[in-house]
Amino acid sequence: MMTAVKSPVDIQNDIVTEFQSLTDWDARYKHIIGLGKQLPDFPEEHRTEQNQVKGCQSTVWMHAFLEGDAVVVQADSDAMIVRGLIALLLRVYAHQPPDVILATEPEFFHRLGMGDHISMQRSNGLFAMIKQIKLYAMVLKMQAQ
Amino acid sequence: MTVEAMTETDYPTSESFSRAFDPEVVRRDFPVLQQQVHGKPLVYLDNAATTQKPQAVIEGIRKFYAEDYGTVRRGVYELSARSTRMYEDAREKVASFLNAPNSQEVIFVRGTTEAINLVAFGYGRAFLKPGDEVIISAIEHHANIVPWQLACEATGATLKVIPCDDRGALIMAEYEKLLSSNTQLVAVNHVSNALGTVNPVKEIIDKAHAVGAVVLIDGAQSAPHMPVDVQALGCDFYTFSGHKIYAPTGIGVLYGKMDLLEKMAPFQSGGEMIETVTFEKTTFAKPPNKYEGGTPAIAQAIGLGYALDYVTGIGLDAIAAYEQELLEYATQRLLHDVPGLTIIGTAPEKAGLISFTLADAHPLDIGTLIDHEGIAIRTGHHCAQPVMKRFNVPATARASFAFYNTKEEVDKLVAGLHKVIEMVS
Repeated sequence: MMTAVKSPVDIQNDIVTEFQSLTDWDARYKHIIGLGKQLPDFPEEHRTEQNQVKGCQSTVWMHAFLEGDAVVVQADSDAMIVRGLIALLLRVYAHQPPDVILATEPEFFHRLGMGDHISMQRSNGLFAMIKQIKLYAMVLKMQAQ
Repeated sequence: MTVEAMTETDYPTSESFSRAFDPEVVRRDFPVLQQQVHGKPLVYLDNAATTQKPQAVIEGIRKFYAEDYGTVRRGVYELSARSTRMYEDAREKVASFLNAPNSQEVIFVRGTTEAINLVAFGYGRAFLKPGDEVIISAIEHHANIVPWQLACEATGATLKVIPCDDRGALIMAEYEKLLSSNTQLVAVNHVSNALGTVNPVKEIIDKAHAVGAVVLIDGAQSAPHMPVDVQALGCDFYTFSGHKIYAPTGIGVLYGKMDLLEKMAPFQSGGEMIETVTFEKTTFAKPPNKYEGGTPAIAQAIGLGYALDYVTGIGLDAIAAYEQELLEYATQRLLHDVPGLTIIGTAPEKAGLISFTLADAHPLDIGTLIDHEGIAIRTGHHCAQPVMKRFNVPATARASFAFYNTKEEVDKLVAGLHKVIEMVS
């Protein structure tokens, strides 16, 4: 059984500290792109139209399943910045129990002022991804009961 | 102040803008361009989406609201008379701009989308019947696809599509094969918003007329960039949007031949578009009022008049020549100096814009990263999903030009793309 080592609150604090050490936006974007490159390969069998998350200019695929009491989320995008955002989201949300996922808001995003820099279109994509993660958590929780 | 006492020097006129064309000089007329974005001078290259406004338009609208504003065509009082005169003057300016024979053939609408919907409703739904055919092209904006799909669905008519070649040029031989006595209407853009292709609209119109079809030209991407003469073209309808030609949002133009405008069904009904109303029967006013029910976008129409004064003051020939030079320069620089860049849309005749992809960066990455260089470009499917499908790309990045853009800004675009490539690799 997989148990989250850290709570989403601690993980979000880590992310904020990590980004605050990067002084300019070039460095922050490079970091996001770097995180995207390290994202684990998305299973090809799940790269289906059904698994596409609507609401982003890029194509985003997402898949999730339960491992013990934790939700495993896998996702990918054809845009690098979106891959990086996925990597950040998965750090916060993946491998957490459904109830924790449902109760967690991605406040690191706002604390970093990324809402000011990443335009609404992509914000919508980000919120669509979060909504999708929460939907998976809800469905998996119901299935487990 | 009476209407008569208001002198011509109170408001800008086309003469007041007339001077030798210099992009560095005209740039100064656009307050929004004088700023920095993310610490870099703004390079605004999303002109196919919407254009910035010159001081003359901004000030003209301010002055109108501050000094002359009233309703149009209704009031017997001074302000209404003044506003009506200014509103109708704007209509005259549009007629002159398009070389329309009669200003009553100029209908003010919200924009190109509304104009096409007006024709698809008033002409399409009113007159199409099963067996009839409507022809559009493979390189249309959704606004010139969906209204015709709906009109065809409602009437039992069939929608046909002129294909394009790998450069994004329409295949005219295929167009000729589509034409028949069943063709009732042909609706194509003058310039493609996604590819920049300039379509041979004169030839398209003549061939459609030869089989008795009426033709609508979507001029959203042509009116701001080249001289347009609706009489020389012979089109039955021509439409463009104000906000793409340095005018406010919420105003656009439908030009239509009077005999068609007279027989078409009204699109929206209400006040001021009627002749007499009883509960049994309403008779309609003559065009343009027939299509301008309700209080129109008065200040926006007047603002459009100022914008047309401004561009005609510079001269559409001068604008077209300069923008072609800029397009040619940008095309060469992007192709030769940006590794992995592919231009989507390489038709022999293009205007105003370059759609492109980079080998290693999604358009979304390009747009996001280059924004931090102060450069505004559009990314996405440009409301032309069939075009994206035809060229097998999910999206493109698009740089679109106006006469206030410079070669130096093209150089900044190239440098910005180098930075994008460096950041993603």
